[in-house]
Amino acid sequence: MTTAPALSQPVTGAPQPPEARRAQPLFASTSAGVADAGAPVRLAVMKLDFFYGLFHALKNITMDFYDRQVTALIGPSGCGKSTLLRVFNRIYSLYPDQRATGRITLDGRDILSAAIDVNELRSRVGMVFQKPTPFPMSIYDNVAFGMRLYEKLSKAEVDERVEGALRKAALWDEVKDKLKQSGMGLSGGQQQRLCIARTVAQKPELILFDEPTSALDPISTGKIEELIEQLRTEFTIVIVTHNMQQAARISQFTAFMYLGELIEFGPTSTMFMNPMKKQTQDYITGRFG
Amino acid sequence: MIEEGRLATLTEEAAIARPRDAIRPSSLATIDRVFRFASYACTLLVLLVLLGIIGSMVYGGWPAFREFGFLGFLSSSTWDVNNDQYGAWPAVAGTLASAGLALLIGVPISLGIAVYLTQLSPGWLKGPVSTAIELLAAVPSIIYGMWGLFVFAPLFARFVQVPVSNVVEGLPIVGTLLYARVPSGVGILTAGIILALMIIPFIASVTRDMLDQIPTVLRESAYGIGCTTWEVVRHVLVPQAGVSIIGAIMLGLGRALGETMAVTFVVGNANRLSGSIFDPGSTIASRIANEFNEAIGMQLNALIALGCILFLVTFAVLIVARILVSRVKVH
Amino acid sequence: MTTVPAARPTTEAEIPWGRVRPQRQLADKTMKVVCIVSTAIGVFVLGWILGMLAWQGLTSLSPRVFTQVMPGPGSEGGGLANAIVGSLILTFLGIAVATPVGVLAGTYLAEYGKTSKLAEVVRFINDILLSAPSILIGLFVYTLMVQPMGGYSGWAGGVALAIIATPVIVRTTEDMLRLVPNTLREAGAALGAPPAHVIINISWRAARAGIVTGILLAMARIAGETAPLLFTALNNTFWFRPDLFGGVSNLPVTIYQFALSPYPNWQELAWAGALLITVTILGLSVVARFLIKKEVSR
Repeated sequence: MTTAPALSQPVTGAPQPPEARRAQPLFASTSAGVADAGAPVRLAVMKLDFFYGLFHALKNITMDFYDRQVTALIGPSGCGKSTLLRVFNRIYSLYPDQRATGRITLDGRDILSAAIDVNELRSRVGMVFQKPTPFPMSIYDNVAFGMRLYEKLSKAEVDERVEGALRKAALWDEVKDKLKQSGMGLSGGQQQRLCIARTVAQKPELILFDEPTSALDPISTGKIEELIEQLRTEFTIVIVTHNMQQAARISQFTAFMYLGELIEFGPTSTMFMNPMKKQTQDYITGRFG
Repeated sequence: MIEEGRLATLTEEAAIARPRDAIRPSSLATIDRVFRFASYACTLLVLLVLLGIIGSMVYGGWPAFREFGFLGFLSSSTWDVNNDQYGAWPAVAGTLASAGLALLIGVPISLGIAVYLTQLSPGWLKGPVSTAIELLAAVPSIIYGMWGLFVFAPLFARFVQVPVSNVVEGLPIVGTLLYARVPSGVGILTAGIILALMIIPFIASVTRDMLDQIPTVLRESAYGIGCTTWEVVRHVLVPQAGVSIIGAIMLGLGRALGETMAVTFVVGNANRLSGSIFDPGSTIASRIANEFNEAIGMQLNALIALGCILFLVTFAVLIVARILVSRVKVH
Repeated sequence: MTTVPAARPTTEAEIPWGRVRPQRQLADKTMKVVCIVSTAIGVFVLGWILGMLAWQGLTSLSPRVFTQVMPGPGSEGGGLANAIVGSLILTFLGIAVATPVGVLAGTYLAEYGKTSKLAEVVRFINDILLSAPSILIGLFVYTLMVQPMGGYSGWAGGVALAIIATPVIVRTTEDMLRLVPNTLREAGAALGAPPAHVIINISWRAARAGIVTGILLAMARIAGETAPLLFTALNNTFWFRPDLFGGVSNLPVTIYQFALSPYPNWQELAWAGALLITVTILGLSVVARFLIKKEVSR
């Protein structure tokens, strides 16, 4: 059983009186390691609102994401966790009737401001999608695609970075002899690791995972969860998952969302064993969602 | 393998905004803008072409319309090159007649083919037959013309025109309509038949696609009540696809109205209007094809005016067709 | 312990079988016959035409068709060499202009315009142009290029063919690009690639086979077109000028003129030309269909 030494109170959306202790915790332990809130804040979200047309999808979100920690966003379908994730790399800008207001700073820069080059932002904030999306090109070109956009590299440098990325994605041994083959010929789990390699190759400052394992079988899921734990030592990670056990397994911080609002946020262990709000408790114990 | 030490440095660097070198975002942005503009311009080009066609037709035909009046031109039957008197009626009538005959003959056959392909054909036969029908569409019109003139027309004259003329000679109505003074095999009806063969592949493919798009559950529930195949087709499938089938037919009509080469071979190219569909006639397209290259002055304008009329009619038909047929999914 | 249940008394069905009225069965059978006959007619006509071409064309085919120039009226022998070369050049010209315009316009409709007003209008107009009578396009290019330039030219012919080919390419390019899943585009954008980059490197690559098919189909379409050439490139019994001014010999118009002529050697050449054109076009169509099938089955 682990506790969070540096943080005594979980952070919530608004100040609430502590509620009475709950019954036996659902999870005896979380294996994800110590939540270190003393780490610097990489991404700070302040009073974020998001609209699909007239629909108010995210309401007044304020939270922080810490350096080299895995933060999980959990909540029932439609709570806005994927919407929130997609604000961080402004992929929503592709669609004209979606907009965000508020302030989000990445290492101090407001990424919602008009002055930011959206494409460059996306090269610094990587995203791995739910469905594996290998590009219609060779494995090598898939991984090299992103890095070639913004950096002029010699062939040798590209080779080295591709190998490095594939190793980090735990895919190198399986594909090193077939780098020139099409990426679409890999299995589902391998394709997803290819997408991870592709993202990692750009050396992003933040990596976003949008339900990365929900389309995969359990063995591939396990491999990718292992991968995320390894990646955390180098990258700051935010992961959306509808699988609470997954959140418990791999994240250090968890945020629970419901109907577009942030209900509760804190170290994973505290959230799962001693949540402050009844709604969180109900969701975690499976009363709804 | 990246060592721990380098790992630490990397993350430290990550905390500082890392300047990317060499390929700057601005050059990517320029390519982006240029590409977007180029594709936008090409789209406008398509628009401009259509406007250009309309414009040039009206501009070139205007002198003839002004000289004879629009309705006057349309209804007049003279075509006198020496005296510069022109009228569109024989050509227009020929166009409408041949296209009408083409629909009369072609639509039932097309529907028959579409129903066969979707309801009756065994699976292994469906592919080859579909391919055969689509190859019919690919055959150039000039080949249809040659087949029509050299192969079909003599047979048509001998086995249809002569016997029928002998039978109907002297009878009212049919005696005029189906009587061939000079049974040469070419004429309005022949043109109609050839046109029918040319539009069958189009109508059949579009109808087949429309029928295929009807959800299987609908079909199965009809069969489930105990309907025979014919009843399913008549009461369920055709009404369901109804509007689009009409659209497909209009598409075929559009093609039949504008077809040039095949018609020029087999229509006989007479400038008069005859009462019999066995007799030679002309269509707007065949008239233009035959006379344009030697035409000057008012004759030229008259021919372009004919083109203008053809364009208006075809345009109207194609617009209706387009509205009726929802875009067929590419399969 | 199992007991066999006593045999139950059978009852007559309330309504006896055999209810289908003979008229219904007759109607059904008639329809089936009609449909089969219709299909047979279609297939039969195709076979008849191809058979005729094979018979007449093959007997007229000989090496000199490819090596000798078109014969003048009344002279013996001759071939179609200049017409074949001219057709190749005109077709190539037409496709060379139509491909970039068509692919870019199709790309705009699928990737940028999407559901905008302009895109809807252009789609509509494109579909109209797709079926417009080709003779009118010939007239248009005549007033646009031949009259101002003072004479027929291969350039006018190429432009006319391009106007016919472009709508085909626009349509197939847009349809094929629409089939590319949006997640692929998002993945590209998520790496920081601007839209043009995503389109060129990802969307076009994914839709590659379909777009090529469209180009092949357009080529098949314009290779056999006669009417638009009648007023633009016309024809030329001799070798045409390299700068393409003046009439440019081509197969379709040659076939038209020779087939209707009284000279036997001209008529033979017309059949040979007809065979050549048809084989080329059918070949292109078959390859295009094959490519599409391969793409869809992936």
